[in-house]
Amino acid sequence: MKTARILNGAWQKSAAEMSYEIPPLWHTLQTQQTLELPVVNLHVNGEVKAVEAANDTPLLWALRDLLGLTGTKFGCGIAQCGACTVHVDGKPVRSCVVPIGSIGERAITTIEGIGATPPGRKVQQAWLHLEVIQCGYCQSGQIMSAAALLAGKPDPSDADIDAAMAGNICRCGTYVRIREAIKKAARSA
Amino acid sequence: MQSNIECTPMTTSRRAFLKVGTAAGTALLLGFHIPVTGSAAAQARSSFVPNAFIRIDRQGAVTLTMPQVEMGQGVYTSVSMILAEELDAKWEQVALEAAPPNDKLYGNPLFGIQVTGNSNSIRAFWTSLRKAGAGARAMLIEAAARRWKVDANTCHADNGAVTHATTGRSLAYGALVEDASHLSAPQDPPLKDPAHFKIIGKSLQRLDTPEKVNGQALYGIDAMPPGVKFATLAICPVFGGTVGHVEDSKAKQVPGVCQIVVLDDLVAVVGDHMWAAKQGLAALDITWDEGPNAHVTSDTVWRQLRAASAKSGAVARTAGDAAKALSSGERLDSAYELPFLAHAPMEPLNCTVHVKPDMCEVWVGSQVLTRAQAAAAQVTGLPLDKVTVHNHLIGGGFGRRLEADMVEKAVRIAKAVDGPVKVVWSREEDIQHDIYRPVYRDVLAASVADGRIVGWTHRITGSSILARWLPPAFKNGIDIDGVDSAADIPYDIPNLRVEFQRDEPPAVPTGFWRGVGPNNNVFAIESFLDELAKKAGKDPVAFRRDMLGKVPRLRAALDLVASKAGWGTPLPARTGRGVAAQTAFGSFIATVAEVKVDENGDVHVQRIVSAVDTGIVVNPDTVLAQLQGGLIFGLTAALFGEITIDKGRVQQSNFQNYRMLRINEAPKIEVHLIASGEAPGGIGETGTTAAPPAVGNAIYAATGIRLRRLPIDRALLAVRKTA
Repeated sequence: MKTARILNGAWQKSAAEMSYEIPPLWHTLQTQQTLELPVVNLHVNGEVKAVEAANDTPLLWALRDLLGLTGTKFGCGIAQCGACTVHVDGKPVRSCVVPIGSIGERAITTIEGIGATPPGRKVQQAWLHLEVIQCGYCQSGQIMSAAALLAGKPDPSDADIDAAMAGNICRCGTYVRIREAIKKAARSA
Repeated sequence: MQSNIECTPMTTSRRAFLKVGTAAGTALLLGFHIPVTGSAAAQARSSFVPNAFIRIDRQGAVTLTMPQVEMGQGVYTSVSMILAEELDAKWEQVALEAAPPNDKLYGNPLFGIQVTGNSNSIRAFWTSLRKAGAGARAMLIEAAARRWKVDANTCHADNGAVTHATTGRSLAYGALVEDASHLSAPQDPPLKDPAHFKIIGKSLQRLDTPEKVNGQALYGIDAMPPGVKFATLAICPVFGGTVGHVEDSKAKQVPGVCQIVVLDDLVAVVGDHMWAAKQGLAALDITWDEGPNAHVTSDTVWRQLRAASAKSGAVARTAGDAAKALSSGERLDSAYELPFLAHAPMEPLNCTVHVKPDMCEVWVGSQVLTRAQAAAAQVTGLPLDKVTVHNHLIGGGFGRRLEADMVEKAVRIAKAVDGPVKVVWSREEDIQHDIYRPVYRDVLAASVADGRIVGWTHRITGSSILARWLPPAFKNGIDIDGVDSAADIPYDIPNLRVEFQRDEPPAVPTGFWRGVGPNNNVFAIESFLDELAKKAGKDPVAFRRDMLGKVPRLRAALDLVASKAGWGTPLPARTGRGVAAQTAFGSFIATVAEVKVDENGDVHVQRIVSAVDTGIVVNPDTVLAQLQGGLIFGLTAALFGEITIDKGRVQQSNFQNYRMLRINEAPKIEVHLIASGEAPGGIGETGTTAAPPAVGNAIYAATGIRLRRLPIDRALLAVRKTA
């Protein structure tokens, strides 16, 4: 498990490499220990990651802003669009409404890690083969929902696809290809 | 006004992440590389830089600079294909990078500034990119010919190398870099005969998609400069209102909140992460000075628009004697109305900014990069060359990112913040402070005789977006976008008059929205054509076809779509087909929608078929994808889209009340491409323009009810009216 101190060092190295001025405010803040936040251990893509944030912090913001896993996207903040979909113990959840304090040691899988699972890899390949993606912003969530669908239903019907995917909005309108690609992924070995 | 408070000690890893735009395993470089320009070529001894778009290194790697931004339309790939085709580059050796802000080098030839919009990337850059590629190829051939001391005409380029056919000698481009660098670029290099295209016309894998399946693609919202803080904002909910008083004692107690920035029109909370900022914002007690617009309602807006539409406007086009013609034959009058719409791109508005005393750095996804830079320069008072803008992939533009308001607001906030700050709008702010597709009212009159239209008047009333956005383009009261597809109506009508009446709605800011002017005009014209076909007692396809003798490309598309859609074959009860035809954006498209209207008045769009002649096609699969997606975008608007105003504020806030079409509601879509050797047309917005009238006409066919306003009103379509 990585410790906060090492990561801090890594940040300072990055800043130095980019010849960024480190603003004086941050120096001050680093030495102030006025607020004690809980350390929450998250099991993300097979690694344990510590974040310091209140228990009610949605997983989305812990992943994006505290762990730098920006592949998971913010779309609505109220579980209406599915852009933030990740897996917790293999089940798709909207990470914008899942508090980090509620997850415990359950396994979190994000778009950065889904390619390591057979359904995730098949979905990614089908997505590229049928050129599903346009702007791509919603596609992390689409791929996570599709991978979860195939993990539970290897040969989904159109109704299964509707049920599993209706929570994921695509503003570019890639739905026709999403449906085709799920079927293609299901057929692939 | 601002208050600084103690922030959470930085002990977590968030600042460890410096993301740069490279992804191992792909040929894509995005965003963080400043290309060497033509004038700087001399300094780049190790590369051959014939122009602002192409750079070739000694290893033969070809880097192409993208003047247009990628927002899903596939333009990074199609622009690369055009350059690589004429350059005869080896496709596998091509990498690309986003252009920096520079109107001179990367301005859109149709706008004169660096704009990605109006479905014109390929149309606008077609010739200049081909010449850029061909010029570089000619220089590489010349360099090889001089090396071999042979006539350049006896050499040819192919797949990243120059070959001397008679001796079989060959040199890869990388080996010619130094020699070619000493040559001057030809003024007017010969272009390839399209019959010899090897890359253009093939459905190639898009260059931007591999990193979009694994979370590696970077959008503006993913920018993570070291030390970045996270902010979110509340803008006065009433348009034009200002901040009155802010009570911030509770917000300061929220863990992770660092700073509260109060500006004239908005309040922002800066935190260690977005959740802290959001919680902090929610804990603020803000009193707004609502200003003069607090009384504005949708009713106010429509009353003003309808009154304006009763007055005659500036004449955009006239032919024959429309007034006289209207008094002959059978006359029909009708009016069509379209509502305000938000863009709602999936990536909410955002902009990351670091203001330092002598420079400003901006991370954003923008359709107008130089305007983003200018906005930051204006707010900071810095000269342009002290403002660096890193453009990113765009998570949906649709016209919203043709504005720089998100940059201007973020820079104002960042001026108060020590260090970089990422300002992310909530979805609610994104929808309630959009720059909206205008309301429009189209008043039409026509007369038909012997099955044809003999007289036609069309008055378009609505915003002039160009008058604000590109003032020189608004001339003599005519907005050329506002009358696009109306002044140049494709049907052969001997007497017509088309007018534009500018009327800016109270309070609500208006801007471009996917489909722009043609969206409104094609809906009004194609709906009215259906009404006139009925008046003339003719089939809607035959009625149109008979007036398209002078536009054979559209007539061919109409014939093809009628055949593919099974036009005229029987359908079940309350099911109907509707047709629409258009010449918008330089493409010729005919579309048939098939809908079922259930007893509750819900419209189920079952199938859409389009036939498309868009001239020479660069990447055919991308054209199909743009049509498919554009049709869905238009369907969402037709079925659900409406922004309403009460008390000077937008009533919709998020996807629960600003509804989007979902996969279970999406129809089957078939797109048929018509082969053509004509110059390329635009395609990104065409489906959006096509869907609403086709669906409206299909609803009429299914129910006999003509809807003249969007979105469709289910109550009018229900069999059993509810109380």
